Amino acid sequence: MRDYSVFDIIGPIMIGPSSSHTAGAARLAKIARTVAGGKIIKVDFILHGSFAETYKGHGTDKALVAGILGMDPWDEDLRNSFELAAKEGIEYNFIATDLGDVHPNTVRFVMTKADGNVAVVMGSSIGGGNIIVFDIDGQEVEFTGERPTLLTKHKDIPGVLSQIANILYDENINIANMRVYRNEKGKEATMAIETDSIIPEKLLEKVRSIKEIHCVNVVNPIIEGAI
Amino acid sequence: MFVSTGKEILEILKNENITLAEYAIREEMNRSGFTREKVIDKMRANLNVMRKYSTNSQEKEIETAGNLIKGDAKRLKEYSRSGKALTGEFMVDAMSRAMSCSETNSAMGRIVACPTAGSCGILPAVVLSVGEKLNKTEDEMIQALFVAGGIGILIAKNATLAGAEGGCQAECGAGSAMAAAAAVDMLGGTAEQEMDAAAIVIKNILGLVCDSVAGIVEVPCAKRNIAGTVSAIATADMVMSGITSKIPLDEMIVAMYKVGKQLPPELRETSLGGIAVTPTALKLKEQIEKMNKMD
Repeated sequence: MRDYSVFDIIGPIMIGPSSSHTAGAARLAKIARTVAGGKIIKVDFILHGSFAETYKGHGTDKALVAGILGMDPWDEDLRNSFELAAKEGIEYNFIATDLGDVHPNTVRFVMTKADGNVAVVMGSSIGGGNIIVFDIDGQEVEFTGERPTLLTKHKDIPGVLSQIANILYDENINIANMRVYRNEKGKEATMAIETDSIIPEKLLEKVRSIKEIHCVNVVNPIIEGAI
Repeated sequence: MFVSTGKEILEILKNENITLAEYAIREEMNRSGFTREKVIDKMRANLNVMRKYSTNSQEKEIETAGNLIKGDAKRLKEYSRSGKALTGEFMVDAMSRAMSCSETNSAMGRIVACPTAGSCGILPAVVLSVGEKLNKTEDEMIQALFVAGGIGILIAKNATLAGAEGGCQAECGAGSAMAAAAAVDMLGGTAEQEMDAAAIVIKNILGLVCDSVAGIVEVPCAKRNIAGTVSAIATADMVMSGITSKIPLDEMIVAMYKVGKQLPPELRETSLGGIAVTPTALKLKEQIEKMNKMD
């Protein structure tokens, strides 16, 4: 039987009308923005299932754009996200489609950055404002954003993981969960490390200096507090 | 870990000579590792947001997603002052607050899911209206919210709080049961009476389906927030008169879960049955879809 916090029952503080279709959508988009890194100039939101059917009535569209702008799920400016995106010159499209055998509330974010690179993130809003990210640039991954998460893309050779683990150890950061994904042995691997404490920016620099690291990113949890 | 039944809670409260609110606070401290002060302040933050959205549209109309409930909180507020209300100014004002919550939720305002966004009007309307009437301090209202949270945890553990799984009884029903227990707490009732109030509310909404018109959280959701508010307050009075629930809360929660499972998918947040498929609802749906396309 699951253990509940009293704040799972009374909470979260959020923008209505739906924890899954509004709050979860904003949270997912904010994480997608972090994973993309860098300035985003265009986003195609590919919507599946219930998201594709009901995105307007529940403000899912506004919540998604708000997340891309970096807003939190409780930001009262969320309902004005279209105007704010226009001001920042961010272009966006909503495309309803069938993404296959995935959760009914799934979005594929196709994000074009100012440098011309395109980042693709896929995730689902799984209820109560909780989310899961399960694909980054075509590589299967899995993390929920509930814990600080270090994401890397690196060359799949021995020793890379231990170097990263050592850097975390030097900062006294405990690893809660660690998963490595790859499509082919010896090529590029993707790793998601969930930790028990916040991962500071300076640690990223150290990880980046490892020769075999192609790309590193950190997703710190979106926690209420600044209200 | 928070225990799974009301029966176990009552034993703990008796052995340790503490209240239900205190038990919920202690368990939250154990679970999160936060200090008592931090746990209480987190609930205070919830109460402060509740104060705002429960009065947000009482004096002014706001645009809602489908504009099907626009202005209703204001109508109720004005009527509450007219001196004509059968249930009196207190009850109609509480109803107006619940409606303000539902309107704000639909208008993409800031709310507290309690237990869900669709049912976010009942607990604030009850705790703030009853708290003000009884001249309760902010800290006493926070204690009442912990009582409500404790009841909600029991429902989440043994049943569900999702309309898609259990119908509206799991959302507005649970919210109303939680609010009734909170009201009893502020009236000075015992933990047994708090659980009895929750059990009685569940009896009275057993089988309530989730069938929102056009898939938006307005009709009938907003009026069910009002009904849940009235039911919670009336039930608190019923219990304080000395009436008990003949069926214990634990058994009522299991009954509610079983009934939820027996509901066909059409009546569980799919807008494919009940009110959602009445001819008028289908017309409203068409109108709202047209309006959205024009945006």
